[in-house]
Amino acid sequence: MIPRFWRKIKYRYSLRGTHCKNCNSYFYPPRDLCPNCRRKGIIEEVNLPTCGRVLSYTVVWGEKGSPYVIALIELENKVKILSQLACRPEEVYDGMEVECTFRKYGEDGDAGIIYYGTKFIPKRGDGYVSKE
Amino acid sequence: MRVAIIGVGCSKFGELWEKSFREIYLEAGLKAIEDAGIEGKEIEALYVGNMSSGMYLNQEHVAALIADYAGLAELGIPAVRVEAADASGGLALKEAYMAVASGIHKIVVAAGVEKVTDVGDAMKIASSSADQEWECFAGANLPALYALIARLHMKRFGGKEEDLALVAVKNHKNAVNNPIAQFRREISVEEVLNSPYIAEPLKVLDSAPISDGAAAIVLASEEVARKYTDTPVFIECAQASDYVALQNRKDLLTMNAVVKAAREAYRRAKVGAKDIDIAELHDSFTFAEILEYEDLGFAEKGKGYELIREGVTEIGGDLPVNTSGGLKACGHAIGATGIRQAVEIVQQLRNEAGKRQVDAEVGLSLNIGGTGATAIVTIYKR
Amino acid sequence: MSFITSYGTYIPRFRIRVEEVARIWGENANAIKEGLGIKEKSVPDFDEDTATIAVEAAREAFKRVKINPKDVGAVFVGSESHPYAVKPTATIVGEALGIGNEYFAADLEFACKAGTAGMQICYAMVKSGMIKYGLAIGSDTAQSRPGDALEYAAAAGGAAILIGREGIAEIKATYSYTSDTPDFWRRDLQPYPNHGGRFTGEPAYFRHVINAAKGLMEKYSYSVEDFDYVVFHQPNAKFPLKAASLLGFSKEQVTPGLLVTEVGNTYSASSLIGLCAVLDIAKPEERILLVSFGSGAGSDAFVIEVTEEILDYPRNPSVRDKISEKAYLDYSTYLKHRRKIKT
Repeated sequence: MIPRFWRKIKYRYSLRGTHCKNCNSYFYPPRDLCPNCRRKGIIEEVNLPTCGRVLSYTVVWGEKGSPYVIALIELENKVKILSQLACRPEEVYDGMEVECTFRKYGEDGDAGIIYYGTKFIPKRGDGYVSKE
Repeated sequence: MRVAIIGVGCSKFGELWEKSFREIYLEAGLKAIEDAGIEGKEIEALYVGNMSSGMYLNQEHVAALIADYAGLAELGIPAVRVEAADASGGLALKEAYMAVASGIHKIVVAAGVEKVTDVGDAMKIASSSADQEWECFAGANLPALYALIARLHMKRFGGKEEDLALVAVKNHKNAVNNPIAQFRREISVEEVLNSPYIAEPLKVLDSAPISDGAAAIVLASEEVARKYTDTPVFIECAQASDYVALQNRKDLLTMNAVVKAAREAYRRAKVGAKDIDIAELHDSFTFAEILEYEDLGFAEKGKGYELIREGVTEIGGDLPVNTSGGLKACGHAIGATGIRQAVEIVQQLRNEAGKRQVDAEVGLSLNIGGTGATAIVTIYKR
Repeated sequence: MSFITSYGTYIPRFRIRVEEVARIWGENANAIKEGLGIKEKSVPDFDEDTATIAVEAAREAFKRVKINPKDVGAVFVGSESHPYAVKPTATIVGEALGIGNEYFAADLEFACKAGTAGMQICYAMVKSGMIKYGLAIGSDTAQSRPGDALEYAAAAGGAAILIGREGIAEIKATYSYTSDTPDFWRRDLQPYPNHGGRFTGEPAYFRHVINAAKGLMEKYSYSVEDFDYVVFHQPNAKFPLKAASLLGFSKEQVTPGLLVTEVGNTYSASSLIGLCAVLDIAKPEERILLVSFGSGAGSDAFVIEVTEEILDYPRNPSVRDKISEKAYLDYSTYLKHRRKIKT
């Protein structure tokens, strides 16, 4: 499984997807072929917005590391992403504003590789958000 | 060319600790052949639905293996395994239907089989029907993905956890009278609501088990069918697919593959949703059955909850659904489920369903792969 | 010339109070708080480690300036808790930042001074013209044996210092004082470090910190009066305050960069987060003396002079803002977070 993880590291560590210049659609995970335009599509790699809101969520029980929160997040450009939320189950709510963060997703036991990737956290409050 | 089912057979569904993969499907296959009254040598081809013998048993190449252990090796007939996650059985049915409809074969067997209790993590394997790289990597499993849809749908249309519980209660009640069912006992709404969450809002008792089991049916062309039986059940079958990962679907409140497959199956069978008297649906989670009411056209979008609240889909209601107990209570032997559904509808249309018998002329089954990336709708008529 | 072009910090949101740890071990919390000058320490989430903390700190540093990540020529991550014993943290950071492939990278280890060691390397590489920008990170999720005195202090946090040819503060000089002093160590394959108890004070911390500070000032002709702020490695609150007073600095010059009371000892990040807290409030032309300490042992000292550019540099959220955003854990949840419960 190492090559399969490694191959997509670029897209997992950062929110990097693709964009079809022909129909102006964004894709995450990245697609090499636009499902709207197919071979007429012109695909380019792009950085996606790092903020969004929770469309739907669930708290998963009975799995390793559970309870944890899985959410469908709609980014500011309407791209949907399935991700873990790095927050406590009681903190999540529909429509919650979130921003991305870099976290561990798991590891292959004590001796195997560590899987890192993008998760989301509740968007930090006014006292915290950059005032630039 | 019209296609008929002339024989059906099913193993018990459940945790079949004492039976191997080979024994389970042999039991179902022999019953189906016996029921059809054909000789083994008349079988021209075998279609097997199986999701994951590789992961469950470390055994691939199972179509030939099944033909072999079913005593068909000397005949050398083509044996084909098809896979579409837990719609594998439905897909075997559809491939067998096409083989007969095309005129290439006159008598074929469609079977579905899964042996899941030989390994530890059956849920993980079942969840491999979702996108491993972009859904499961994030920690999502099948219940979690259905839960994401359920929460959206319930919020939008006023569904309650009690509504979901009613589906489980109904299906358990139906299973009491099904000799092959895994859970032949009734449960109460309270029991469902008090069972622990596995992926909020879905609970343990909203979920189908992952079961061992096999089912087989014999399909024949109309002309051949008439020779063997006075009660052929004619079928029309259609399949559709959708994005595998939820995040790519434009509308999460509708299973597009179900809508498309249903539309095509209705067209081929020249019936509409209103004409359906009985249905076996894919209630891998209670919520899914409600969503399917809508996407099959039994209820308007958002009104699926009303069918379960008003008892429409109970035995005795206008449109009994999952008289077998469904995946929830009859058991969900992954690749066998699609065929097992066909067995139930055929038995109902032939008036052989015993205490769960309903009055029906037109039946429908819906078999879904994963979270809806594959949907197979079959319509049955006497 | 080498400058601090940008900086970023990350402090996990969870804290455990000294009282909560003391409660478990039947110790006197007030005496410990008094003795160490620590009230609580930061604790990482289940899915945080040195690499994730390093990435978050570095991302903040990049967010604050308009720099093409591909212009970064070197990444050094200093830590005593690298997630892998063999396999660099620096490459994880480089990939997450989109630095490309053309960069020098290594993980550094020198107990709590591995972060400033990275700064010295970047300083030298930028000054020599080898690279345009270099990224030096100190990041740790410090380990402590349950019941050990270290448990009150061993914390988690990270700071990333982006060093380049222009920026908000010039690194005027750096100097190190190093000796072979086994005051604190962790042997291979051991989960927790050991330490020499009171031996970690006089012959280790104070000898190196004082000699590095004095050596720097002597070699580059500075005196105590030339500095507005002084930041030391802060394993507790007592040591840096005492070091300041031994050198002749006032308490007011130390406290802006003294964070250990609220976050504990963030090891490789400790003095760097202190530096960042000072940069959060510093004005042009102010001068900072930074002195780290790493057991084993050594101290890196720096003269840092703030430039006019800091006026246009976005410094929020400040380190203090981040420290104030927190959620408390009880001891059993803390054990779960730190994966000290065998599952």
